[in-house]
Amino acid sequence: MSGDTSYIGKPVRRKEDRRMIQGLATYVEDVDLPGLHHVAILRSPFAHARIDGIRREAALAFEGVVDVITGEDTTHIGTVPRSTVLPEEVNSPRTPVLAEGKVRFAGEPVAAVVATSKEAARDALELVEVDYDPLPVASEPEAALADGAPVLHEGIDDNLAFDWTLAGGELTWGDARERADRVIEQRLVHQRLAPIAMEPRGVVARFDPGTEETTLWTSTQIPHFVRTFVAIMLSIPETKLRVIAPDVGGGFGSKLNVYREEALLCFLARRTGKPVKWIERRSENFQSTIHGRGQTGDVQVAVTSDGKILGIHYDVLADLGAYHQLLTPAMPAITGLMLSGAYAIPHITIHVRGVFTNRMSTDAYRGAGRPEATYVVERVADLVAAELDMDPVELRQRNFPSEFPYETATGLTYDSGDYVKALNKAIEVGEYAGLRAQQAEARAEGRLVGIGLSSYVEICALGPSSAMPSGGFGWDSATVQVHPTGSVSVLTGVSPHGQGQETSFAQIAADKLGLDLDQVEVKHGDTHAVQYGVGTFGSRGIAVGGVALYRALEQVIDKATRLAAALLETEADQVRFEGGVFHGPDGALAFGEVAFAAHVAKDLPPGFEPGLRATAFYEPENFTFPFGTHLCVVEVDPELGTIDIQRFLAVDDCGKVVNPMLVDGQIHGGIAQGLGQALLERVVYDDAGQLLTGTLMDYAVPKAHQLPRFQTERTETPSPVNPLGAKGVGEAGTIGATPAVVNAVVDALRPLGVRHLDMPLTPDRIWTAIQAAERSKVGAR
Amino acid sequence: MIPTSFDYVAPESLDEAVALLQKHGDDAKVLTGGQSLIPLLRLRLARPGVVVDLRKLSDLGRIESAGEALEIGAAATHAEVMNSAAALEKCPLLSETAGEIGDVQVRNTGTIGGSLVHADPAADWPAAMLALGATMVLSGPQGERAVAAEDFFVGLLESAAQPGEILTGIRVTVPRQPAARAYRKLAQSASGFALAGAAVQLALDGDTIAEARIGITGVAEHAYRPREVEAALTGGALDASSVETACASAAEGVEVLEDIHAGAAYRGHLASVLTKRAVLAAIERAHGHAS
Repeated sequence: MSGDTSYIGKPVRRKEDRRMIQGLATYVEDVDLPGLHHVAILRSPFAHARIDGIRREAALAFEGVVDVITGEDTTHIGTVPRSTVLPEEVNSPRTPVLAEGKVRFAGEPVAAVVATSKEAARDALELVEVDYDPLPVASEPEAALADGAPVLHEGIDDNLAFDWTLAGGELTWGDARERADRVIEQRLVHQRLAPIAMEPRGVVARFDPGTEETTLWTSTQIPHFVRTFVAIMLSIPETKLRVIAPDVGGGFGSKLNVYREEALLCFLARRTGKPVKWIERRSENFQSTIHGRGQTGDVQVAVTSDGKILGIHYDVLADLGAYHQLLTPAMPAITGLMLSGAYAIPHITIHVRGVFTNRMSTDAYRGAGRPEATYVVERVADLVAAELDMDPVELRQRNFPSEFPYETATGLTYDSGDYVKALNKAIEVGEYAGLRAQQAEARAEGRLVGIGLSSYVEICALGPSSAMPSGGFGWDSATVQVHPTGSVSVLTGVSPHGQGQETSFAQIAADKLGLDLDQVEVKHGDTHAVQYGVGTFGSRGIAVGGVALYRALEQVIDKATRLAAALLETEADQVRFEGGVFHGPDGALAFGEVAFAAHVAKDLPPGFEPGLRATAFYEPENFTFPFGTHLCVVEVDPELGTIDIQRFLAVDDCGKVVNPMLVDGQIHGGIAQGLGQALLERVVYDDAGQLLTGTLMDYAVPKAHQLPRFQTERTETPSPVNPLGAKGVGEAGTIGATPAVVNAVVDALRPLGVRHLDMPLTPDRIWTAIQAAERSKVGAR
Repeated sequence: MIPTSFDYVAPESLDEAVALLQKHGDDAKVLTGGQSLIPLLRLRLARPGVVVDLRKLSDLGRIESAGEALEIGAAATHAEVMNSAAALEKCPLLSETAGEIGDVQVRNTGTIGGSLVHADPAADWPAAMLALGATMVLSGPQGERAVAAEDFFVGLLESAAQPGEILTGIRVTVPRQPAARAYRKLAQSASGFALAGAAVQLALDGDTIAEARIGITGVAEHAYRPREVEAALTGGALDASSVETACASAAEGVEVLEDIHAGAAYRGHLASVLTKRAVLAAIERAHGHAS
């Protein structure tokens, strides 16, 4: 083998970029089939209404329309699935594919039109006549819990999906309070966010009447789960359903789901005998793709006067929306599990009431429960520091765990970490002492400058099956198929959709096998081509899927070494595999030569199985816990209420790094979305349950010119959990960034007496807070 | 995002275009850059039977000096106005305002006339038109008529252009010299439209303001001139505190808009702050050039 084939740790350019950049990628929208028909979906304009009748005749008569279906036609299709075991007891009403007699959120599918063109399907939608009888609306959790609130689901009169408490630690909450010098309280709001993948969802389905097989193309993060669950919903064998996730333009958790439209289009393809396509419009994406966050909670923290946190008690209302999606109830449960943050806290209680509201469901959005936990803990750290007049750095240092593994009060075991190191790096690189001196000068001039920190820890590499909040499926898989000429196909069970794993997995394989990168091709996302796998979410691609690949590579190398030994007429333990060459005592064979011999099979030893291929299923023994410290410096313009981010420094530790460029990319994108929550983004429904942020003109996705320059640094603490030492990085930026920004802005306004602000920190909110602070000062005089 | 079906016509002459609009009345919509119309069509908020595309009328895109005036064709794109040497020389407030609109794609495609007729309450152009005392030239079945900017913006998404009329051009008289100008806006973070914006055109006389014209957008149902502020500034000094005092009433007597992006108190406050900042920026810039 020629050239340097050590790839792990190198900033290798993405193999997938050529087709992405040149417009040669294949997204669901690009799937074209002979005789393709188009589906348009009629969605409820009301947040809550009875359906008294639907007349479809006019739509059916419209030129080009071949079918119009309503909820009456789909009652035999199973519920959209929920897969969670935490909280343990959950009320789980049926989520129908099309509304059955009642709609429960604005945007709920009511009918579907199949036509020869998308224009005809869209036009005919307007001819479907629905008689709605509007009902009172439970537009948000407190309204849904109020006396006499409208009931969303028959039999769940209190609109509660669950009422769940997790409490643990070496102290009780009572003890923690008693030993504390102070108990500090604050209400915290984690506003709803829309994930806004650049590619909306899309589905194409084809039914082959000869084989009775359905092929489903869908923009998903979890093609294998979609196959399993859609097969269950449609009562067909999994063998008769093939799911293909082609190129997928981002997910951020929103495509970690099984959606109504996936089952619906399979049903329509079979019913009409036509291949059918549905591409989600952006306005549908806002209405009917899951939202994230949506928690409002009251936190109490018991603390000693020297800054030791003794306990956290968090009482939360979780806005679930009208129905469960795949992981809806698990989101606040993950918040509960992670409520120790980066600190050794002797007691933690979380009490969550999961509430049905007349809105779209909440579910996993980048971070998925961890951003909420981190925001609580990191706001608590700053609230405590401010109350005790202690430096926030010192407060954090006093509460970090002193050794690893560390078992939290919530029952998790942090695998490895060096939180002090990451924090110290942030304050050294960021020149924290200098920043505080500059802040003091600025304050003396009456300027509002703030410094914010966030020392986060998160849970990744989801995860051991026995401990998954989804109830299993924590493993993943990989096949290494060596071809006769020595090139290699990697079939991975994960389903990358922007992470660059066609590159990072190729790096792992090329590195282990001593091949050039272009001799390795990574395939994913087609359930008929790839062994069963779980998917890409929870920052698990490398740390679970990559480890499965590592194991499969070991098996391939083991077999190839045995074959090389036979061909070199020596024993396997006499053969050393290095740089793509098997070295024996008296000769050497290149990897490609051994691969060829394995397939020709002419010279195989007796009983030696031909071919060179291995599949590994890897079950992690624990989660991994990446961590880091983000530092943010802001100046607030008191007249406009605007925030200028003058500095953003992220020190992240995601364990061993396979491709530092991809890690930087993940961190940058993650911070952008973290800043989005802190400053810009908010899903707004009005009291009637109407979505007021239904377009990109009203929902502020962060744009390049709105973001500061990000400075990224790393520490590297390998995970002991897996042989790659990798922890995962896909969500870290989002988790770490948000509280750093809010802490910085609150710090800027502290001289005015502001102790907390809710997100997003819009100019209006900042200005209003300043006005209120000044008024109260005047009042106090 | 599929519009309802409509007929598409691209007339070769202005007369033909006017005749088409007369024939179809309310059922017709005029298309130039499409930055307002196309989204409305795709969301089916506009459902015209006929779309009359003016892009074949190349005269409509011209920007010309005419003595002490500047004639801007209604189909000139924002970018063309921004980069016009004539505009920059004679009336730089136009270039400055154009540069604040949307993003590069919007500026390269959207037109000044399209924006003015659409009369979005938060659009940038109306503020500059009021500050410059511009005149809108409309062509209709009865021929041409001129409408002053302050009579042109009449309501929410409503201009003085009647069905059947086409805005063909904007006439701007070169401001009285020595002049100072600035546009200051705070953008709504999703759309880039103005939460509030103030365009200011001043005539200076030594250490005083000889004349002040101001247009404020984003704050009310349509852009307006804060007359009290203009009067207070006129004859006034150039220092920050005099200017601040004069600008405090920028939203007085106005019914201030309120939405999910900004409350009325804040928007009204922004009107004053941005007016003040625009006036001070204009003065500073003029003095910078003079000294």
